[in-house]
Amino acid sequence: MATKREITVTVNGQQYHSQVEPRLLLVHYLRDVLDLTGTHIGCDTSQCGACTVMINGESAKACTVLAVQADGSEVTTIEGLAPEGSLHPIQEGFWEKHGLQCGFCTPGMIMASYQLLKNNPNPTEAEIRKGLEGNICRCTGYQNIVRAVQYAAEQMRTEAAAPVGGGE
Amino acid sequence: MGVATMLGAPIKRREDPRLITGQATYVDDIKLYGMLHMSVLRSPYGHARINSINTDAARKHPGVVAVYTAEDLKGAVGPVACAVPMGKITEGMGIHGPLAEGKVRFYGDPVAVVIADDRYNARDARDLIEVDFEPLPAVVDMEQAMQPGAALLYEEFGTNVPFGLHPPTDEIDKVFEQTKADGGIVVKQRLVNQRLAPMPMETRGVVADYTKSDKKLTVWSSSQIPHLLRNVLAGTVGLPQHQVRVIVPEVGGGFGCKLNIYPEELVASFATMKIGRPVKWIEDRSENLAATIHGRAQVDYVEIAATKEGKVKGLKVYAISDLGSYCQLGTNIIMIGLGFPVSVGAYDIPVVHLSADLVFTNTASTDAVRGAGRPEATYIIERCMDLLARELGKDPVEIRRMNFIQPDQFPYKSSAGAVYDSGNYEAALDKALQMANYQDLRAEQAQKRAEGKLVGIGLSSYIEACGIGPKGTLPVGLFESARVRVEASGTVMVYTGISPHGQGEETTFAQIVSEEFGIPIEDILILHGDTDSTAEGRGTYGSRSTAVGGPALLKSLTRLKEKMQLIASYMLEANVADVTLEDGKFSVAGAPQKSVTFAEVAATANLSNTLHPSIEPGLESSSFWEPEANTFPFGTHICAVEVDKDTGAVEITRYVAVDDCGRQLNPLIVEGQVQGRLAHGIGQALIEGVVYGEDGQLLTATLTDYAMPIAPELPSFEIDSTVTLSPVNPLGVKGIGEAGTIGSTPAVANAVADALGVAHVDMPFTSEKMWKIIHQK
Repeated sequence: MATKREITVTVNGQQYHSQVEPRLLLVHYLRDVLDLTGTHIGCDTSQCGACTVMINGESAKACTVLAVQADGSEVTTIEGLAPEGSLHPIQEGFWEKHGLQCGFCTPGMIMASYQLLKNNPNPTEAEIRKGLEGNICRCTGYQNIVRAVQYAAEQMRTEAAAPVGGGE
Repeated sequence: MGVATMLGAPIKRREDPRLITGQATYVDDIKLYGMLHMSVLRSPYGHARINSINTDAARKHPGVVAVYTAEDLKGAVGPVACAVPMGKITEGMGIHGPLAEGKVRFYGDPVAVVIADDRYNARDARDLIEVDFEPLPAVVDMEQAMQPGAALLYEEFGTNVPFGLHPPTDEIDKVFEQTKADGGIVVKQRLVNQRLAPMPMETRGVVADYTKSDKKLTVWSSSQIPHLLRNVLAGTVGLPQHQVRVIVPEVGGGFGCKLNIYPEELVASFATMKIGRPVKWIEDRSENLAATIHGRAQVDYVEIAATKEGKVKGLKVYAISDLGSYCQLGTNIIMIGLGFPVSVGAYDIPVVHLSADLVFTNTASTDAVRGAGRPEATYIIERCMDLLARELGKDPVEIRRMNFIQPDQFPYKSSAGAVYDSGNYEAALDKALQMANYQDLRAEQAQKRAEGKLVGIGLSSYIEACGIGPKGTLPVGLFESARVRVEASGTVMVYTGISPHGQGEETTFAQIVSEEFGIPIEDILILHGDTDSTAEGRGTYGSRSTAVGGPALLKSLTRLKEKMQLIASYMLEANVADVTLEDGKFSVAGAPQKSVTFAEVAATANLSNTLHPSIEPGLESSSFWEPEANTFPFGTHICAVEVDKDTGAVEITRYVAVDDCGRQLNPLIVEGQVQGRLAHGIGQALIEGVVYGEDGQLLTATLTDYAMPIAPELPSFEIDSTVTLSPVNPLGVKGIGEAGTIGSTPAVANAVADALGVAHVDMPFTSEKMWKIIHQK
């Protein structure tokens, strides 16, 4: 067994110090070590996107990142997207627009949508479809996922446009 | 929204909050104290003799607790279940143990397992197992496998064909001769329905935990069939049924492939029973592509006879079904049992002749994949209708319209033996034509063709058979169950025998309860998937959950409502016949001010002190419902495509779908089901396909090589419905889980053939294949 390495990773705002094998995948670190099982594994070759998380503000497929590569990083998973007890507009969109069925691809799909809207707050349907090409869903046929992202985009634009303190 | 209008309302799904926040528990999310991990060593060959297995090095690897091969399982674990053996299968052909013995017969065949303290160690040790394989000639093509001299999977049987169905052809021969004599035509075609991987986003997985002291085995499995798994598992590992508990947690999609009992479930159970610690096995995607069942894999030789006007006189189908290497639960009945009965589709075809051969090949076993048999049958008849139209120079719409079974013919007994419940095929066709502006679409096509573009329009007017049962279909009755408890507080718990994994019955079943009891949906909990608490049920597949599970639920609700009416009549000092339940209140006809609430009656029943002595305390009812007949959803799909001459790429420019699934309990969910199923069927038409090399190597062993549709490849679908109630169940529902897949594949195939101006092209319509066809011309 290889020598373990010490890593420090901030996940969903909480800092963790862990001893891990250098070969441990980030997705296994999140799921098996930190018990954050919302991030799923759907393939081993970075096609399906079920394991998508944010690393330092950029989306990444956690099945092809080693935990040691995330040393010193800030990671956001589906569990940390919205404060406890509330939903992020993208999560709301998936619920409102029936953007999921079995739900297995959904956390990755939501994280990829988060990246998409961060880059392009007002995407067209074609841009949404293109932006989610790294995530596979077998259940929905994507049409309601597109609607979910459109819903979220509108919500997020409205929130951004609201005057500071105006909603309090 | 009032409670009374719950049924039929497009309400948001109740299962979603846990799924969108990452709080759902799938099998791989389960972590038990002392849990071990299993890794499976699989055959790297399509066909090979196992001369020896040396596990010494693997056993010595750090963290390894046990290594098992077929030798260890002898006498302890029975063979993998096959539901309906027939022909040579009854003599043992294709029946297999969980681990390969003597020979491996497909790439991915499980040979040995390692049980270790973590998944990395288990996998490291697996690579230390030395197997002396002696490669044998393999046969992966079903037609080659039938030829004399082909490599044999089961030498002792002298053939790869365990079963053939070859009824006399006199009648169909006569029909064909007469049709030709009368000036009609007979069109022939060979059709390949390629092998598909079902590909749920969650692979298979199991956690097995045996408590030695009370001899109780608990198995968490990503399954569509908790009770069938429990019953078969108990028999296979030698435990009484009440000492086995199956829990199906959140399931990340099934599409038919989790309607099975797999070797890994049996071996993990064996391992935990030996070791006394929990054992987890999670399939990786490459294993999933290699060793989970595949579907379709059928070659059909079809002939269809029609008058020169286009009226169909007879259909002849010879189907070859590639079983793969072994019999899984339904491997040998998919085509004969599920496909053949719907082979005449939506059309009044007086004579049909169906013959078949089932063939073993050195490939993964085939079994149910979304639609299971019905997509293959529909592909045949819908391609045939277009072949006829082309031959006769008629519009495909006209040919279909001319041959439809008419609304006044239901219940309709088809020449293939099925009895259709209800339908109005022309109404769905007309609606689809209207939505697509069919005449304009054809005019536009003519214009684009004049510009040199390859534009095609395809139709498919499909039917399917859902809601299995009925009684007597299989050796095991396919009923469904419901157990309903009204608690003292007036809240309701439902334990259903179905096992939803994305279909949304936690919502639709709550809508049924809400409607019947007049109580808010928040007061209702739908539970499923635990064999210790749910009554014996049959699970979720074949679009049966609502059509069979729904009526079972309704039966219990009716019984409880009657009992509550009786209790209320004593409370209201009224005649029970005058007591009605509306908006959560029991009141007396003619005196609406006199009422007791649903919760007050529930409290009286459960607390019992004030209950009339003639009434048994408590409010709980278990019901079973077994359908007498199948339901037959139907619809028409219209697809428009453009094939790029330079790249061969097929673009779907319009997709219109009108589906009729009977009554819709939640239109939001129905629409979602349709969209997803369309994507699946379009996937088969355009890009999907499992490919083996001639030596039996799997060439599509990862998602890099097995293509499935992604968002930019699909259009937005234009969807609507018609509603024709089913008379065979009290809810009037038919089923919608597979319809889109069944209807869409032939619609795309017809559009592509139309675009290219050819009679037929076999799927998938990859750019490469299209380009070759275009540039050979």
